Amino acid sequence: MSPETPVLSVEHLSVRYRRGRRISNALDDVSFEVQPGETVGLVGESGSGKSTAAKAILGLVPVYAGFIYFFGTDIAHLPFKERRKTYRQMQIVFQDPYSSMNPTRTIGNTLSEPLEAFGERDHKARRDRVYEMLERVHLPPSAANRYPWQFSGGQRQRIAIARALMLSPRLLILDEAVSSLDLSVQAQVLNLLQELQEASALSYVFISHDLGVVRHICDRVVVLYRGRVMESGPALFVSGRNSAHPYTYTLNEAVPVPDPDAQQARRSVARSVTSPPSDTTKIGDEQCVFAPRCPWNQPRCWRERPLLRPAYPNGVVACHRYPEWQSEIARPEPLDAHVLPAPKRR
Amino acid sequence: MLRIVGNRLLLSVPLLLVVSTLTFLLEALIPGDVARTIVGPQGTQEQYLQLKHSLGLDQPLFTRYQQWLENVIHGDFGNSLFNHEPVTMLLNVRLSVTLSLVIGATLLAAIVGVLLGIAGALRADIAGTAVDALSMVGLAIPNFFLGLLLIALFAVAIPLFPATGYVPFDASPLDWARSLVLPVVVLATPGIAVVAKQTRDSMRAVLERPFIRTLRAAGLPRRSIIFKHALRSAAAPVVTVLGLIFVASLGGTVVVESVFAMPGLGGLAVQATTQHDLPLIQGVAVYFTALVVVVNLLIDLAYGWLDPRVRVE
Amino acid sequence: MSVLTDQIVIGPASHSHQSVRLLLRNPVAIAAITFLGIVTLVCIGAPVTAPFDPLHQDLERVLSGPTAHNLLGTDTLGRDVLSRLIYGGRRSLLSVLEGVVVVTALGVPMGLAAGYTGGWVDRVVGKFAETIMAVPALIIVLVVLAVLPQNEDAAMISFGLLGIPAILRVVRSATLRVREDLYVAAARVSGLNHVQIVKRHIFPHVWGPVIVQASLFAAYALLFETGIAYLGLTADPSTPTWGGMVAEASTVIQRQAWLLVPSGTLIALTILAFGLLGDAIRDAVVIGEGGLARRAPTSVVTKPDRAGDIAEPLNGRSGLVLRVRDLSVSTTSSAAETPIVDRVGFDVYAGETLGIIGESGCGKSVTALAVLRLLPQGLGVTGGQVYWQGDDLLSMTERLFDELRGSSLAYVSQEPQSSLDPAFTVGSQLVELIRHHQRVSRRKAWSSAIALLRQVELQNPDQVARTYAHELSGGMAQRVAIAFALVGRPKLLIADEPTTALDVTVQAEILGLLRRLQRETGMALILITHNWGVIADICDRAVVMYAGQIVEKSGIREMFHKPLHPYTLGLLKSHPSLAEPRSRLSSIPGSVPSPGSWPPACRFSPRCRFVADECLKGPIPLIDVEPGHSSRCIRVDQIFAKASA
Repeated sequence: MSPETPVLSVEHLSVRYRRGRRISNALDDVSFEVQPGETVGLVGESGSGKSTAAKAILGLVPVYAGFIYFFGTDIAHLPFKERRKTYRQMQIVFQDPYSSMNPTRTIGNTLSEPLEAFGERDHKARRDRVYEMLERVHLPPSAANRYPWQFSGGQRQRIAIARALMLSPRLLILDEAVSSLDLSVQAQVLNLLQELQEASALSYVFISHDLGVVRHICDRVVVLYRGRVMESGPALFVSGRNSAHPYTYTLNEAVPVPDPDAQQARRSVARSVTSPPSDTTKIGDEQCVFAPRCPWNQPRCWRERPLLRPAYPNGVVACHRYPEWQSEIARPEPLDAHVLPAPKRR
Repeated sequence: MLRIVGNRLLLSVPLLLVVSTLTFLLEALIPGDVARTIVGPQGTQEQYLQLKHSLGLDQPLFTRYQQWLENVIHGDFGNSLFNHEPVTMLLNVRLSVTLSLVIGATLLAAIVGVLLGIAGALRADIAGTAVDALSMVGLAIPNFFLGLLLIALFAVAIPLFPATGYVPFDASPLDWARSLVLPVVVLATPGIAVVAKQTRDSMRAVLERPFIRTLRAAGLPRRSIIFKHALRSAAAPVVTVLGLIFVASLGGTVVVESVFAMPGLGGLAVQATTQHDLPLIQGVAVYFTALVVVVNLLIDLAYGWLDPRVRVE
Repeated sequence: MSVLTDQIVIGPASHSHQSVRLLLRNPVAIAAITFLGIVTLVCIGAPVTAPFDPLHQDLERVLSGPTAHNLLGTDTLGRDVLSRLIYGGRRSLLSVLEGVVVVTALGVPMGLAAGYTGGWVDRVVGKFAETIMAVPALIIVLVVLAVLPQNEDAAMISFGLLGIPAILRVVRSATLRVREDLYVAAARVSGLNHVQIVKRHIFPHVWGPVIVQASLFAAYALLFETGIAYLGLTADPSTPTWGGMVAEASTVIQRQAWLLVPSGTLIALTILAFGLLGDAIRDAVVIGEGGLARRAPTSVVTKPDRAGDIAEPLNGRSGLVLRVRDLSVSTTSSAAETPIVDRVGFDVYAGETLGIIGESGCGKSVTALAVLRLLPQGLGVTGGQVYWQGDDLLSMTERLFDELRGSSLAYVSQEPQSSLDPAFTVGSQLVELIRHHQRVSRRKAWSSAIALLRQVELQNPDQVARTYAHELSGGMAQRVAIAFALVGRPKLLIADEPTTALDVTVQAEILGLLRRLQRETGMALILITHNWGVIADICDRAVVMYAGQIVEKSGIREMFHKPLHPYTLGLLKSHPSLAEPRSRLSSIPGSVPSPGSWPPACRFSPRCRFVADECLKGPIPLIDVEPGHSSRCIRVDQIFAKASA
C-alpha cells in the first residue's frame, strides 16, 4: 500500500433527495479511494447513484452524511467560496458532448473561461494556454475560433477534456464521458485519456455503465447498486469470472461480448436473476439492498445489512454469503432457460 | 381528483380576498383624491368635505378597510355612488348578459379554432398558411374596429342582425340569439386565432412524437390516431389557452358591450369609470375574478381528465 | 402572435449576428420594420410632417372624403384626418413605449431570479404572477382611471405591471431550460460565480425570447391603448387619439363610412406590424444549429447490391420473408436533396435474425423506417423496392399497406416509455389494437391482451394492463411494446435499438425474450444496433452499414472471426472487450462523414489504412467474396489474404 495521501478519499458518503413526499438515498454509506495516477471506475446501472457521486464530489449536490477528503482535507462541508478553490485541482467531463458547451460562445471563449474565472488577466497568456491544450487533445488551433456545432461528438468531447485540463487539475471526474460516442470515436477518446494520464500523473474517477470499457481502462472498480457499494477491488477481479458479489456476477454475465461462440456458451447457463422491482419498492435500511433479486438470498439477507469485508487481495464485498454463493451457481442446461419467477424468500 | 378541486377552491378564497383588497387599496394608494374628482373643480369646500364624510374617506385607512372587508364578506359591496342602489343588485342584473357573451365567445373560439388548427396541422401547405394569415389578421384588428365594420356590413348595409341592443332570452330566444351573433363573433375573433395557432402547434408537436409512430406501425387507422390519440395529447395546452381566452374575453366585453350597447358588466364598468363610481367598479372587479376562478377550476378538472400523469399527483 | 402561450422553443441559440442577419433576410420582417420605422418617424416629427394643425376646424370641409386638400379626408368638425392621425400617433406610441419599458424592466429580472434561484423565490414570484393573471387587466386599469381620470400614463404603467406575468413566464422557462444544461454546471465548476453565469450563459438565451415578447406586448399595448381611447377614458374629444377617432367615426357611420377607414386601418396595420415583427424575430432566434445543408455531390451511380443474396445457404430455414433491393432515401427539402441511404439491399428469411449494425449517421434506422413507410417529414424514398411475398411494399396503396403494417410487419423502437400513448392505459391500447385486427368483444380482447402480456414475461399482467406507460420501468415498457408488436402475429419484427436505453441486465432479458418468441412463433427479426455484443448474442446474419451503404454482409460467425472489410475490422479491433486491458486501443482515425459530404469513390478511403489508388477511382460495388459473405472493398484479396493466412 502506498503511503502517499490519496488524491480523493470518499468515506461513508450519503446523499439524500426528496421527490415530493418521498425521501430516497441516492448514495448510502459509500466509501472508496483514488490514489495519484490511478483510475477508479464507478460502475452501476440506472439508480445506482454513480452520477450523484460525481455531483457530490464536485459540490453540485449537498452531502447528507460522510466525508470527502481531497488531498487530506474534507471538502464536503465547505462553503461555496472555499469549494471553488478546489476546482483548480478537480474537474469534470460530462456525458453529453452537445449540451456541455454553450453554443453561443466560441471554443476559445469556452476554454479560457476557467482561466478567467481564476484570475488570469493576461489575454495572451490565456490564448497560449488555449492553443496548448488544443494541441494536447490533437485538435488544430483554428478550432478556437469555431463554434460547438461545427464539431462532431467525439471532437466536442475532446474539447471538453481540454477545458477540464486548463487549470492543470490533479483529479478528473469522467461522468459517462464516452457513453454517447460511437465505437470508433470512443477508442480515440479512451486512448487520449490514457495518454494524458501517463503524461501528467492524473487521477481519474471513471463513471460508466459499460463494463467492457471499465474493465479496459480502470485499475480499480467500485460496483454500486441502489446507492450502496456491493463490491470494490482491482478491475481484473471485479470484472472477471470470480467476482465476489452476486450482483457483479449478474452484471458480468449480462454484458454480451462480441463473440458469437462465447455468447452461445454463456446463454446455456441458466439465467436466474429476475427483473428489478419498480422504483417504489421500499428497501429497508436493515437488509441487503440486492436481496429481492438475488437467487442466493437467505433469511439473514433480509434482516441484516451486510457490511463491506475483505474478499480477494485489495478487494471488499458487501455480502453475507460470500464465498458460499459461488458454489451454488447452477449447472449448464442445454437450452435457454426461461426467466424464473421471483426467488422465494427462504 | 377531489384533491385538485379542493386545492383550487382553497386557493381561490385568498385570491378573491387579494383581488378585492387590491382594488380597495388601489383607490387608497393611488395619488389622487376621489372626492375631489367627483365634486369637481366647481365644487365648494363644504361639498367636498361632506362627500368625503359620506364616503367614509375621512376615517383612517385601516378602519375603512375593516369596515369594507366586513361588508364584503357579507356580500355587501356598498352602494353605487351614482344612483345609490346596492352594487350587488346592479351587477346581478347584468351578469347574464356578459356571461352569454363570454361563454358564447369561448365556445365559438374553441370549436372553430380547434377545427382550423387540426386542418392546419394535417395539411401543412395551403391550410397551414391560411391559418397563419387568418390568425394574424384576427389578432391585429382591434375589437372596436371589427365591431363597427361588422355593424356597417351586417346591420346597416345588409340588415341581418341588430346593430345594438340585447334581447333577453325569455322575451324571444330567436331574437336573443340574433342580438348575440355580432358581438360574440367580435369577441371570439382573437380567440379563434390563438386557439387555431395553438392547436396546430400542439398537434404538429404531438404528431412528431414516438408513440404516434408506434401506433402507425401497429396499423391503427389514421382517423383514430389523429382524433383519439393525437388530439388527446395535444389538448392540454389548448385547454390552458381556452382559459386565457375566457379571461381575455371578459376584458373584451368592456369595449364590445359599449360598441353594441349591451347592458352587461363591461359596459357598466366603463360607465362606472367615467363617473368615478368606485364601489361599482370594485364590485365588477370582484365578480370578474370570481368568474375567472370558476373557469380555472374547470380547467384543472379538464387537465386531470386529459393527462393521467397529473391525476396521480 | 401568441403572447398568451409561452411555447417559445429555444433551440441552440444562434450567435446574435447570425440572428440579425437571418432576420434581415425575412421579407415580412423587413416590411414590418420599415412600416414601424416610417410611422414612428412621421409621428415624432409631427410639427414638421403634419400638413395641418390637428385642432384647426374647417367647417366648410366637414366629413369630406379623401381630397387633394385633405389626403385622408376630414372629420365631423372639418379637422384634417391625416394630421390628427400623426399627432395621435405620438400619444399612442409613447403609451406603447411606457408599457413595454415597465413590463421588461420588471418582468425580466423577476423571471431570471425565479428561474435561476428556484426555491422560495420561484414560489413567491409564481404566486404573484398567478394572482395578477387572475384578473382581466382592463378592469384594474379602469379602477385606476376611475381614480386618476384621463391619466393615460397611469393607465399604461398599470397595464405594463399587469403584463408582467406573461413575460415573466417566458423568461423563467427560458432560464430553467438553460439552467439544466450541462454547460451551466460546467461553468460553475470552472469557477464562475452566479452573476457571471447569468450574464454569460443564461442571458444570451433569454434576450431573444424577451425581444419577441416585447414586440408582441407592444402589439397588445397598442390594442389596449386604442381601446381605452375609443371608450373616451383617456382624453377629451378634441385631443386627437387613434381610438378616439374611431369612436368619432362610429357616430357618423351612415353619413360618411369612410371616416372609419383611416384610423381603424392604421391601428390594425401597426398592431399587425408589431405582431409580425415578433414572430419574425422568434423565427430568426430559434433557428436550428447553423450550417444549412450543403449541396449534395452529384449522385454517383452504383451497381445494384445483388451480390451475396441469391444463392445463400439458409441455415436450414426456408422461406424468404423480405427482400430489399436498391433502397435509397434522401432528404426532401427543396434546397438540396441529400442522400441518407444509398442503394441498400438485403434479404430476410423466416425464423432468422438479421442484424444491421453501424455507427450513428450510417442510415440504419432510416432504412428500417423506409421499409415500414414511416419516414418522418423531410425524408423520402428515392428509389428501390421492398418485396414482401412478391409485392413491392413501396408501390402499394396506403390502404393495402396499412393492413400489412401492424399485422405481418411489426416494429419496436428505442425509447420504450415514450413509444406508448401516455394518455391511455397499456391495456386499453392493446385492446384497441386487438379489436382493430379481429372482430371480438371488449372482454375477449381484454383477455387476449392479458395473455399477450403474459407471453412477454410480465409478472402480474392484470396489474400492468391497468397502468400507464410512464409508470412502468424501462424493461417493462419495452416488453409492453413488444406485446404491441405481437398483436397482429407478425411474420417480421423490426426492432430499432430495442435495448440501447435499457440497463444491461434488462437488456439480457429482453434479448432472451426476443429469442424465445422467435422460436415460438417462427417470426423473422431485423435487429438494428450499434452494439457488437448484441449482434453476437442474437443474430444469425448481419450487415454493416457505413455512410448510407452496406459495406459488408455475412453470417455472424464469419463476421466476427473473418471480417472482410477494413471498417468492420477496424471496429472490432477498437472494441474494449476484445483488447488487452490497459493497452492502447486500435482506433480508426478521423470521423464518420455526414450525409452530404460523402467521399466520391470509396467512402471509407480517407480513414482506411489499406487505401490505394484503385480505391479512389470510382464507386465501389459490393462483391461476393465467399458464398454468403460480401464486401464493398476492392482490395479484399490483397488485404485479407494476409490476415486470414
